[in-house]
Amino acid sequence: MNSSVITFPGSNCDRDIDVALKKFGFKNKMVWHNDIELPKSDLVVLPGGFSYGDYLRCGSMASKSKIMNSVINFSKSGGKVMGICNGFQILVEAGLLPGVLLRNKYLEFICKNVFVKINDRDNSYFKELKKKTLELHIAHNEGNYFCSKDQLKLINDNNQIALLYSDKNGDVNEDNNPNGSIANIAGIFNKEKNILGMMPHPERMIDSALSGEDGSIFFKNLINNLR
Amino acid sequence: MVNEQVAIDHGLKKDEYKKICDLLKRIPNITELGIFSAMWNEHCSYKSSRLHLKNLPTKGKNVIQGPGENAGVIDIGDDDAIVFKIESHNHPSFIEPYQGAATGVGGIMRDVFTMGARPIANLNSIYFGSPQNKKTKNLLRGVVHGIGGYGNCMGVPTIGGQTNFDESYNGNILVNAMTLGLVKKNKIFYSKAAGLGKPVIYVGSKTGRDGIHGASMASAIFDEKIEEKKPTVQVGDPFTEKLLLEACLELMSGESIIAIQDMGAAGLTSSSIEMASKGGLGIEINLDKVPCRELNMTPYEIMLSESQERMLIVLENGKEEDAKKIFDKWNLDFSVIGRTTNSKKIELFFDKESVADIPINILVENSPMYDRKWKKTKLPKKIKINKDELKNLKITNVLNKILADPNICSKKWIWEQYDHTVMGDTIQKPGGDAGVVRVHGTDKAIAASVDSSAIYCWAHPLSGGKQVVCESWRNLVSVGAEPIALTNCLNFGNPEIEESMGEFVECVKGISEASEYLNFPVVSGNVSFYNQTKEKSIKPTPSIGGIGLIKNYKNMISMDLKKIDNLLLVIGKTEGHLSQSIFAREILNEKNGPPPEINLFNEKNNGETILKLIDKNFVQSAHDVSLGGIITGIAKMCIKGNKGAKIKKPKYLINEFDYFFGEDQGRYIIEIEKENFKKVSEILNKNSVHFDELGFIVEKDMIIDDKSKVSIDELKTSNTSWLTNYMGK
Repeated sequence: MNSSVITFPGSNCDRDIDVALKKFGFKNKMVWHNDIELPKSDLVVLPGGFSYGDYLRCGSMASKSKIMNSVINFSKSGGKVMGICNGFQILVEAGLLPGVLLRNKYLEFICKNVFVKINDRDNSYFKELKKKTLELHIAHNEGNYFCSKDQLKLINDNNQIALLYSDKNGDVNEDNNPNGSIANIAGIFNKEKNILGMMPHPERMIDSALSGEDGSIFFKNLINNLR
Repeated sequence: MVNEQVAIDHGLKKDEYKKICDLLKRIPNITELGIFSAMWNEHCSYKSSRLHLKNLPTKGKNVIQGPGENAGVIDIGDDDAIVFKIESHNHPSFIEPYQGAATGVGGIMRDVFTMGARPIANLNSIYFGSPQNKKTKNLLRGVVHGIGGYGNCMGVPTIGGQTNFDESYNGNILVNAMTLGLVKKNKIFYSKAAGLGKPVIYVGSKTGRDGIHGASMASAIFDEKIEEKKPTVQVGDPFTEKLLLEACLELMSGESIIAIQDMGAAGLTSSSIEMASKGGLGIEINLDKVPCRELNMTPYEIMLSESQERMLIVLENGKEEDAKKIFDKWNLDFSVIGRTTNSKKIELFFDKESVADIPINILVENSPMYDRKWKKTKLPKKIKINKDELKNLKITNVLNKILADPNICSKKWIWEQYDHTVMGDTIQKPGGDAGVVRVHGTDKAIAASVDSSAIYCWAHPLSGGKQVVCESWRNLVSVGAEPIALTNCLNFGNPEIEESMGEFVECVKGISEASEYLNFPVVSGNVSFYNQTKEKSIKPTPSIGGIGLIKNYKNMISMDLKKIDNLLLVIGKTEGHLSQSIFAREILNEKNGPPPEINLFNEKNNGETILKLIDKNFVQSAHDVSLGGIITGIAKMCIKGNKGAKIKKPKYLINEFDYFFGEDQGRYIIEIEKENFKKVSEILNKNSVHFDELGFIVEKDMIIDDKSKVSIDELKTSNTSWLTNYMGK
């Protein structure tokens, strides 16, 4: 399986996701934001970080980078595109995913482990994943997902909600909403479900010595699904 | 237009101005005077501290580079080295907490990557006034946001730190930032220029009018007019620094750099002069070539600006084009601004005219050095605790109160705002004895801790200086790391006052003694004097940042209790020293008396024996005993591991408050399996290490001497709620 990770100026999880993808069997290539063409890929990842310093709005300038034309075309033809954290913000700014990501409810950066409930398995990211919830790590200042009521109804009806902040057992309520996201949304798909945006970082949970290993479960399952 | 009064306005003393005129054999022009004031202020010249810093032990078998470079460098085996340093950004952070703290973090990271190392961890040590002081809350929020804002954007995990509150910082907070970087031993870069006619390159951000006289401001005491000093605070842009980091590391992977130096305090002035001075060369700069952010900047402003995210590089001839390509790729300014010469002078040109011409040795070697008068602090007499007063105290109430004390309570509200897991190698998060990161792609891990004990240093600077080194050493040992070296940030009051100078001299002496004995050399650091507002000086506050190596990260130890029924031992002897303990100060309101005594032999012997036990896999969890004594230590282990403990005071001390709250030094609590007790006690006995059988692990309560009981949930609430309540969330 071939993957590509885009490095924007200010990306800072690009190495981490590269390490994770390789660990679980992807042949990964790093792609510079100023390049025009994507290498042949089964998966494109927009990594976390502070692309363009998060100036203007998070992800807004990166969404206009040269490489993004290719990423958009790739996704339009059904290619799998995954945005993590800042990558999610970029996907939203590029119009590939609905809604926006606002500043966290308490106006503070949050770095901690959270549980997310897998809300939909009818897609190549979570299909066959046995666990009900995953323990992942968040680290963001603008992860407060918001959309209009109509949009929310639409993404609900289309089963576009990928992940919801929950407790260990998958109970979704306001107590385990870390950032104020509408309906506890932690990750969403586009309508066709080939594009996934999520705030949690699975790449930080790939080793028992780290904060946990649920990221490993996610990546192992992902590469199997793509094969 | 330059005269004595202008010099005094620049922070120079009368006799210093006379010395400048004598050495130059003429009156300096305004740009030259600015350069002298920047080079000769306390912050850059160390004129009050140099004499005493000379006595610090700086050598050791693992030391590659000691003090004198941008940061210290230590050998961690194979081809790897760690570059690290701690630095203060106190004055700016009080004036403008967000930018002050942010640029403090930015500055120390630059010091580290200037040497070719990729930063792999940040730590910080921050001190605020009393929580009741009306400024404290906003300063704390601003500083935390600033540290996070910069470090998070850079993508470097903040893995540890400490936060203290004391009324002596009401008018003068402290922000000390520390960074560790990883480098290959044969790819370390230094600031010593070499070769004649080599191009001098300016890279990074453009120069603006921010931060002019920042270093001079940092060398003066505060008064009611500090608000006017806001323009001397630099403004940080972590995004540009991230680009600068990547661009510099990309350039460093080649062979074109001769020397490199970041523009920190005193900007272009100190960076160019230091590079030339170390190489025994001259330097010629055409100031028209310096990229400027604002119009009509004068040579004076360009030389004294402390705009952030800038570097000065001496390059090999003919490499300019290749280097420029890299900086173009990262959208950073790149300009050849001068060249190295054999004049041994700094020669500045602007608009085709010479605007400064100063022999470098006058600025550097002839800079003032003072043997300031200082006063010794006598060891205070021991206090007598009124035992009747103790009879009315309930041990569990006291414990709850101590766990909720601002200086003991959980600082999760702070460290959850710092990205502590980016880079994917953080194996011990903040909140433990030391932060630990793996050396990427290897089995090795680096432990780092930052400590200070201002209360002890204030009560008796010599003992306090020793104690803080020992505490750092113990924190590293507690996670299973072999301590290697330290960096220090020495925050003190006005050196022109004998008492403050005395505190400095004796703390440094204490640090020297302990680090020498423990084989724990000082490889970098900085001094921050004039931490004083009007007449009020801060408590003497040396921060020690210690680094240790764990050869196999799988053997790392953490403090959370692991298994029911496992035994708990206290390593090291408890005499029941209560003077200056948190118990005496906060519960009995007794603020006099000596700090705990340091026995360096026991300190070393106990620590080394713990490392032996860890090496033999006998230790399940460990924690050093510090503020709040044994009971506070065990409570924290219980909270972290979500388990209880049944503990008992041994018979040799009569009073349970002495035993449980005493702050004697050189002690640890360890958890071991029952069946290993015999082997462990044999090793301890063989090494003449005193130990007490404290008790064992139970499910969810702490049971003390069979008569007091408190649930871990209650202790946890006490420990975690103070800060979040205080910050209003």
